[in-house]
Amino acid sequence: MILVKGMLACVLILLGTEVQAELQIEINQGVENPTPVAIVPFSWQGVGSAPDDVAQIIDSDLARSGQFAPVSRRDMLSFPNRESEMYFRDWRAISAEYVLIGRVSVGSQARIDFQLFDTNRQVAVDQGTITGPEGELRMLAHRVSDAVYETLTGISGAFATRILYVSVTRNPSGKDFYRLTLADSDGRRPIVLLESRDPILSPAWSPDGQEVAYVSFETSRPAIYRQNLRTGQREQLTNFQGLNNSPAWSPDGNSMALVLSKDGNPDIYLLNLKSRALTRLTRHFAIDTEPTWMPDGKSLLFTSDRGGRPQIYRYDLRTQKIKRVTFEGLFNARARVAQDGRNVALVHQREGRYHIAVFDLVTDRLTVLTETSLDESPSIAPNGSIVLYATKRGEDSILGAVAVDGGVRFSLPSREGSVQEPAWSPYVTP
Amino acid sequence: MNKLTFYAKLSSLVFAAALLAACSGNDTKEQEAAAEAAAVEQEAAQQAAAAAASEKQARVEAQQVLETAASDMGTVFYFDFDSSSLTDEARAQVDAHIAALMGNNASVRLEGHTDERGTREYNLALGERRANAVRDYMVANGVPGYRIESISYGEENPVAYGSGESNWQQNRRVELK
Repeated sequence: MILVKGMLACVLILLGTEVQAELQIEINQGVENPTPVAIVPFSWQGVGSAPDDVAQIIDSDLARSGQFAPVSRRDMLSFPNRESEMYFRDWRAISAEYVLIGRVSVGSQARIDFQLFDTNRQVAVDQGTITGPEGELRMLAHRVSDAVYETLTGISGAFATRILYVSVTRNPSGKDFYRLTLADSDGRRPIVLLESRDPILSPAWSPDGQEVAYVSFETSRPAIYRQNLRTGQREQLTNFQGLNNSPAWSPDGNSMALVLSKDGNPDIYLLNLKSRALTRLTRHFAIDTEPTWMPDGKSLLFTSDRGGRPQIYRYDLRTQKIKRVTFEGLFNARARVAQDGRNVALVHQREGRYHIAVFDLVTDRLTVLTETSLDESPSIAPNGSIVLYATKRGEDSILGAVAVDGGVRFSLPSREGSVQEPAWSPYVTP
Repeated sequence: MNKLTFYAKLSSLVFAAALLAACSGNDTKEQEAAAEAAAVEQEAAQQAAAAAASEKQARVEAQQVLETAASDMGTVFYFDFDSSSLTDEARAQVDAHIAALMGNNASVRLEGHTDERGTREYNLALGERRANAVRDYMVANGVPGYRIESISYGEENPVAYGSGESNWQQNRRVELK
C-alpha cells in the first residue's frame, strides 16, 4: 500500500507540472507533396500568460503526421483570431491551402474555439469548441488536431491519445534501471508509473484506457500486474511457476489472454477477470505466445513455432479451432490487429533482418514497412494509420513510427538511455 | 562345648574365611579385566572416531575439490543461435556442476537468456527452453528436480549491449546462480 500511495502522489504531482519530454521527435519522411496549412497563433484570455502554445501543439501534430507542411509564423502576413479578421489573399499569397484560427479562454474550464478555412474556396470547412479541465489544455489542443486531421483527410485523428513505453537506463556494473512511462502521443507530459531494478515488459491497455497491465520481474520472477491510471491501485494477477507474460485485455474488458508455462511449456490461457477462472486455450508442446485479440473478440491471433518456425496462428474461441495465418518467410511474430480487423502489424524476418510488416487478412498480402534490422513490438494507433514500434540505434533502443501505407516515418529517440515496448492507447472518451 | 564341636566350628569359620578370601580374590581380577576391556574399547572407539573424522574430512575435501572444479568451469553456459541444445563445452561445464550438486544439498537457479533478435515475448519462451534444457540434463543425471528453479529473462538484462554476433554470442546463455 505504501508503494501504491507513493505512486499516486507522484502521479498527482506530475499531472500539475509541465514536464519536459523524455522523447524527442525526428521526422524522417513525409508524403511527397504535403498539404501547406497555416496554424495561426491562438488568442489567449485568462490569468497570466498562456500555459501552452495551443497553435504550436497543433502545428507539431500535423507536421508529425507527415501529410501536412505547416507554414512558418515568420511567413504569415496577418494573425487573425476571428473570421472577421480573415483576409484570404494574405494566405493565398503564401500558398497556404488551409488556415486554422482560434481562441483559448480559461474560466472554470478551459475552452478552445477554432475555425478551419479553405483558402481556395474561401469558406470555413470546419469549426468547433472544445472544453475541458485547464490542466488538460495540451490534450484539448490535440483534440483540435484530431478534428482538423479528420476534416482534411477523412480519417479520424489519433493525436488526443496516449502511449505507454518502457525506458531502460543501462548499468554495465550492475542491474539496469527500468521505468514504465505514460505520455501523451507526442511524447510530452511523461508520467512514471513504475520504477524497478528488474525488467518490465509487455505493457498493455484495457479497452477503456483506464487501466494498464504489464509484466514485472520485481519479485525476481515474472508476474502479471494490472494498474489503474486514475487511482494508482495495483494488483498482481498471476504468480505461476515459469512464464507469466503477454497480457492482452479482451475487447469487452472482462478477460485477459496471457501466456503461462506452468503446465510444462508456453501455452495461451484466458483469465476471467471477474471470477478469476483460468481456461487453457492452446495445448501444444511447441511455443505458443504473444496472444492478441481480433477487434470483435471472437478470435485471437498468436505466435507459435508448432510448424518448426514462428508463424502467426488464429484461435477461434467458439470452435476452438486453430488455423495458420502467415506463410511468407521463416519468421512472423507478435501480431497486433488494427481496429478495422484487417491490417495486422507484425515482426517479419527477411534475410536475417527483423522488420515491421503489415499483413492484410483479406488479401493475405504482406508488406514490409521498415528498413531497419532489429525492429520489434509494433503497436497500431487507434485510427489504424500509424504503427509505433521499437528499433535499435547504436547501443540504444528508440521508438520509430511508420504509416501503415509506408509513406510517413518519424523517430522518437529518448534524450537518455533506451526506450522500448511502446503501446498506443485506445480512444478514450474525454 | 566339646572339642569336636569347637573344631567343627573353627573349621567352618576357616572355610568361610577361606571362601571369603577366595571370593574377594576373584572379584578384583574381574574388575581389572573389565577395566582393561573398556580401555581397549575406548581406544577402538577413539580410533574409529578418528578414522570417521578423517574420512569425513576426506569427503569434505573431495566435495570442495568438486565444487572448486565446478566453479572453475564457470556458471555461464553459452548456446548457439536459435538453439537450446547444450554445446559440448556447456555439457562439460554442467557435468562439473552436477558432480558438485550430488554431494551437497544446494538449490540452484537457472536463468535463461537470448540475444536481442526476434520479439521479446517469443524470446522469453526461448530463454525458458534453454534454462529447461540445462535443468532436464541435470535431472537426468541425478540432481533432484525440486532443487532446481529455472526462469527466463529472454532478451532482458543483456551482458553485452551492442549488436552483432560478438555481442549476441555473449547474451545467448544460461546463468547458474
